Amino acid sequence: MKSIQTYKILQNEPLTQNVYKMILEGDTSWVTNPGQFINITIDTEYLKRPISLCDYDDSTLTIIYKVVGAGTSWMAKQEVGKEIEVLVGLGNGFTPQQSKHALLVGGGVGVPPLYRLCKDLIEKGVEVEVVLGFNTKSECFYENEFKLLGASVTVCTVDGSYGTKGFVSEVIQGDLKNYPYYSCGPLPMLKAVFDASNTQGQLSFEERMGCGFGACMGCSCKTLTGYKRICVEGPVMKSEEILWTKD
Amino acid sequence: MDKRLSVTLSGWKLDNPVIPASGTFGFGYEFAQFYDINELGSIATKGTTKEARFGNPTPRIAECDRGMINAVGLQNPGIDEVIQTEFKKLKEVYHKKVVANISGFALEEYVECAKKMDKEDIVGILEINISCPNVKHGGMSFGTDPKIAAEITKAVKAVTTKPVYIKLSPNVTDIVEIAKAVEEAGADGICMINTLLGARFDLKTGKPIIANIMGGFSGPAIKPIALRMVYQVYKAVRIPIIGIGGIATAEDVIEMMIAGATAIQVGAENCRNPYACKEIIDNLPILMDKLGIEKLEDIIGRAHQ
Repeated sequence: MKSIQTYKILQNEPLTQNVYKMILEGDTSWVTNPGQFINITIDTEYLKRPISLCDYDDSTLTIIYKVVGAGTSWMAKQEVGKEIEVLVGLGNGFTPQQSKHALLVGGGVGVPPLYRLCKDLIEKGVEVEVVLGFNTKSECFYENEFKLLGASVTVCTVDGSYGTKGFVSEVIQGDLKNYPYYSCGPLPMLKAVFDASNTQGQLSFEERMGCGFGACMGCSCKTLTGYKRICVEGPVMKSEEILWTKD
Repeated sequence: MDKRLSVTLSGWKLDNPVIPASGTFGFGYEFAQFYDINELGSIATKGTTKEARFGNPTPRIAECDRGMINAVGLQNPGIDEVIQTEFKKLKEVYHKKVVANISGFALEEYVECAKKMDKEDIVGILEINISCPNVKHGGMSFGTDPKIAAEITKAVKAVTTKPVYIKLSPNVTDIVEIAKAVEEAGADGICMINTLLGARFDLKTGKPIIANIMGGFSGPAIKPIALRMVYQVYKAVRIPIIGIGGIATAEDVIEMMIAGATAIQVGAENCRNPYACKEIIDNLPILMDKLGIEKLEDIIGRAHQ
């Protein structure tokens, strides 16, 4: 159910130089799936900022965001105890499937929504292989958190300063190619993961949004099953419905 | 419902003057999950064309100071689908009439859409969009030429008994000239203003933020322009004006009506706050009491007295 709610900031700390983890206290009864998102009111900016959920429980939401512009800079400055206004109940999210194995592939700030998904899959008894991609060692986060859930984790860095050198798609070899996969990250990464896999998966997309709840048609995309709004019918799409060309 | 808020457009009595603007409210039902949309004066439905349209590539949205640029490009499922599916879904949660926005790329297209909308009971007013800045042919180019604007008005009037309101573009040298032309051609009212043509560029890449490069700028930043234009047009025509442009608060509604609007539309604000129209309607009576306004209708065009 979509609504505007007030949340209290319980934690707002950097994980790397410009990636922050924020814990918000308030209503979480609306959450139905990992990979759903919230749209945060920024006091100084006109539009809200859509951010995926990393985790949640009965009274808190956890988000991880990268400071890239004025809106996220404002977020990084907010202190513990402050109350913020949030539009919640947005997006379809991932549907965790029962399978023996699963492959989770995240790039940069595409990593966070996979965390709760990983938790849910492991709870279902799925053996989870996680591949996390970052540009460089100083930008890496959450490797240990995934390990603590019981997943097998491979980290890749583009410059080779940590883990395996190269892109996440290069690690998708052998059996991994046949595991049902879940992925979130930049568009070229999603395409590379799609191409590397021999099977079906769920991919979470990103787009500049106006409203975030389906009214403005700002984030529409074409799919093999018709026009979809990233904010309502997405952000997660099934691999078999994606049209990779924009026109 | 507060009777003091009621206004009349071409014989149609609205409970209040607050109408969400076309393109910012979908076909209405998306908002029913936030509040009872029957509280609205009416709803201006998404711009509808003869054929289904995907619209422009993304990114379609760019944030600005006190506003946003959109270049959606009239995405809609086409008039038949709008009538069969979208209006049907809307009717399940909404029991008033709508302001049906139609757009086209040729005169015949407007006529065909108007004919189909004419048969629909849910349509209270036909809003003719001759001012969409986001399509290459037709759209705004019709609304920047008084002769073509008049031709479209006449052609649509000839095929419908519904009140015909023409939605004007601010991207012209003299909006009064266009307003007069459509009035003379038989328009029952004017909706103004559509968005202003704008652009934003990325500092790092040097590339436009909007894939279509340009788009329509709207939001509180454009309010003074809308107020000025509504004021000028009110002076020059006798038909009612639906004032649009940067309205976000009850104060904005009063100001727009003082300038000359009989009703108003709320656009960009719906995108940043889904409760915007409801909050405005709730706040209007409180503000009227403060200002000593007995009935909203009393203040229409007060700036001209």
